[in-house]
Amino acid sequence: MKIRVQRETFDLGAEVDAMRDGRTDIGAIASFVGLARDLNEGSGVTAMTLEHYPGMTEKALTALVDEAHFRWTLLDVSVIHRVGRLLPGDPIVLVAVASSHRGEAFAACEFIMDFLKTRAPFWKKEETLQGERWVEARASDDAAAERWR
Amino acid sequence: MKLHLLYFARLRERFGRAEETLEFDGITVADLVAYLQARGGVWAEELDDSRPYRVAVNQDIVALDAALPDQAEVAIFPPVTGG
Repeated sequence: MKIRVQRETFDLGAEVDAMRDGRTDIGAIASFVGLARDLNEGSGVTAMTLEHYPGMTEKALTALVDEAHFRWTLLDVSVIHRVGRLLPGDPIVLVAVASSHRGEAFAACEFIMDFLKTRAPFWKKEETLQGERWVEARASDDAAAERWR
Repeated sequence: MKLHLLYFARLRERFGRAEETLEFDGITVADLVAYLQARGGVWAEELDDSRPYRVAVNQDIVALDAALPDQAEVAIFPPVTGG
């Protein structure tokens, strides 16, 4: 398992390669990369800053991955989430899940993202032409997490 | 009891502080929230029942009726928006 909260960017290919390295039991790797967009709530976003709760964030991400291992038979999971100031187009978050078969990898990857959005302590502040604003939590994210109960 | 309070994101900005240490004689998280609300101004506004906020005790999200252990790290923050 790899859980990282970092300022630096990441490379999906390198992370997938690291996951596969020396193994021949993995049949499927499903991955998700979330990117910073230039538009939100109808106005242009020029940059965003991600804040987290050092200690609790890592603990919450570890708990999510543990829960995924409890629900599905997984061979490995990587979660990387960036903090600090990001520009549109920059990668924010990576989830990669390795398993024997695709079904479990797809499901666990989506599960981890849905719960990360509602449980992991990160907060986004956007810079727009109208000034700065904290992003509000979305009901649709709560609904997405609720599907897994 | 002694509590170490942490504030994040919008609440950190509005309260004008990231942390504080408090000597407190209440029992539950609700007692602490009531104590902070009584400071008035932005405290009363942000911790009003109509505003969404979350409380974590020793890095676990808890309900308002949760008991506060001595020396607890209590964080108060808005609903999360990562990913």
